This record gives sequence, structure tokens and C-alpha cells, in this order.
Amino acid sequence: MSASTPASARGARSRGLGRVLIVVYGLLALAATGRSVYQVLEDFERAPLAYSLSALAAVIYIVATIALVAPGDAWYRVAVITITFELVGVLVVGTLSLIDPVLFPAKTVWSVFGRGYAFVPLVLPVLGLLWLRANRGGGR
Amino acid sequence: MVEALTWIGIAIGLAGGILCIVLGLAGRPPADLTLGATALLELYLVVQVVVAAVAPAAGNAPSGSALEFWVYLVTAVLIPPIAVFWALVERSSRWSTVVLGVACLAVVVMVYRMHQIWFVQLA
Repeated sequence: MSASTPASARGARSRGLGRVLIVVYGLLALAATGRSVYQVLEDFERAPLAYSLSALAAVIYIVATIALVAPGDAWYRVAVITITFELVGVLVVGTLSLIDPVLFPAKTVWSVFGRGYAFVPLVLPVLGLLWLRANRGGGR
Repeated sequence: MVEALTWIGIAIGLAGGILCIVLGLAGRPPADLTLGATALLELYLVVQVVVAAVAPAAGNAPSGSALEFWVYLVTAVLIPPIAVFWALVERSSRWSTVVLGVACLAVVVMVYRMHQIWFVQLA
């Protein structure tokens, strides 16, 4: 896969197994956006920090999904940055939500390491970074 | 929402999802069977939209937040068509079939959540 021709290298990140990864990313982006839209519309005052975080997570997932689909080195870097941010986010928020539940009275996608989403938010950034590493330079 | 309809939808989604993932991992590109299973799930969701829109007028209103319910339902309706489109863009790949399966299973989870919002209130 590393020694691919220019034709097959084009958009290599979104081919084959990468397609499944992107779909899972897209679904998580939808889930996070849906939750965030609902939370902000329904009752923002109750937990501004958690709800702002939900919105931020939603934006990050959307950008990461786009960056995985779009070809080019610039998008590759965007993908690495957003996915790394996700990993840090799920670890920090996951830990904080366990240590200090008062800080997060409402749920976010990252609470308790993404338990409400079958831990997909914890596993996905790791798979995403591995996938990007395996396809480095293949995005031109 | 009608309880029996929830289980029909979960059955359709689970069967379709497992079928697509198994056939996909076995190396089959998207075919009439797997695309049809995903389309069947979409048909179910359209029925669910009609039922959920009419039910409150018949005295069967959601016990939870109607807004949250509709955010889930509208999102779920969008998923199968996007998965089918995305699968057809690369229709020679077996991973496209897996994509259909993942989409079906995601819809199953969402239908279950919609069921909880309509019928079950924990708080």
C-alpha cells in the first residue's frame, strides 16, 4: 500500500478500510452535533461548560471527517491535529468527569471516556491516527 | 411511536447490519441484497416518521422530549441514503458493504434511543 502509483495514491485515505473509518467518524459527528444542538436549544443555562464542550466536540468531529475525506498534505495535517485533539479531549474530559462529576452535571460525548457511545470516542482517535500513519504521504 | 414498530425496526436493522458486515468481510462488494436491506431500513424509518407525526393527535404523545426525539429521527432518516451513496462511490470495494452494515447498526441504536425517549423516563 505504501508503494502505490500516483493514480491509486489519490485520495488514498478515503479508500477501502478508510471508508469504514470515515463513516464511523461521520456518524460520531452526527451524534455529537445532534446532541449538542438539542442541549443548546433545550437548556443551555443548566450546564454551560458541558454543553459548550459538546458543541466543540461536534465541530472537531466534523472537521476531522472532512479532513479524512479531502486529499492533500494540508488536509492530512488538519486530520492529524483534530484527531490528536480528540484523543486528548476524551482522555482529559473522561478523567475529569470521573474525578469531579460536579464539573460535568450533563453528559458530553467525552464523559467517562465516551461510555454513552460504547467507548467509540476513545477507540476511534487511536484507529484514526494509526490509519493516517499507514497512509502517510498517500494523500496527494 | 408504537412499541411493536420499534422491535420491527430493530429486527430489520440488526438483520441488515449483520448481513452487510458478514458479506462485506467475506469480500462481497455492494449488491442488490445488501443495498436492498439498507433500503428496507430506510422505508421503515419513513413509516416511523409518519407514525410519530400522527400518533400525538391520537393521544399517544412522547413521555420525554419531543425535540430530542425528532433530532434522533431526522438524523436516522439521513443515515441510510448517505451510506448507500458513499458505498456506490466505491462500489467495487468490499468495505463499501461493511459501511452499509455499520450504518444499519447505528440506526438500530438510534431507534432504541428514540423508543426510550418516547416510553421510558428514568429521571
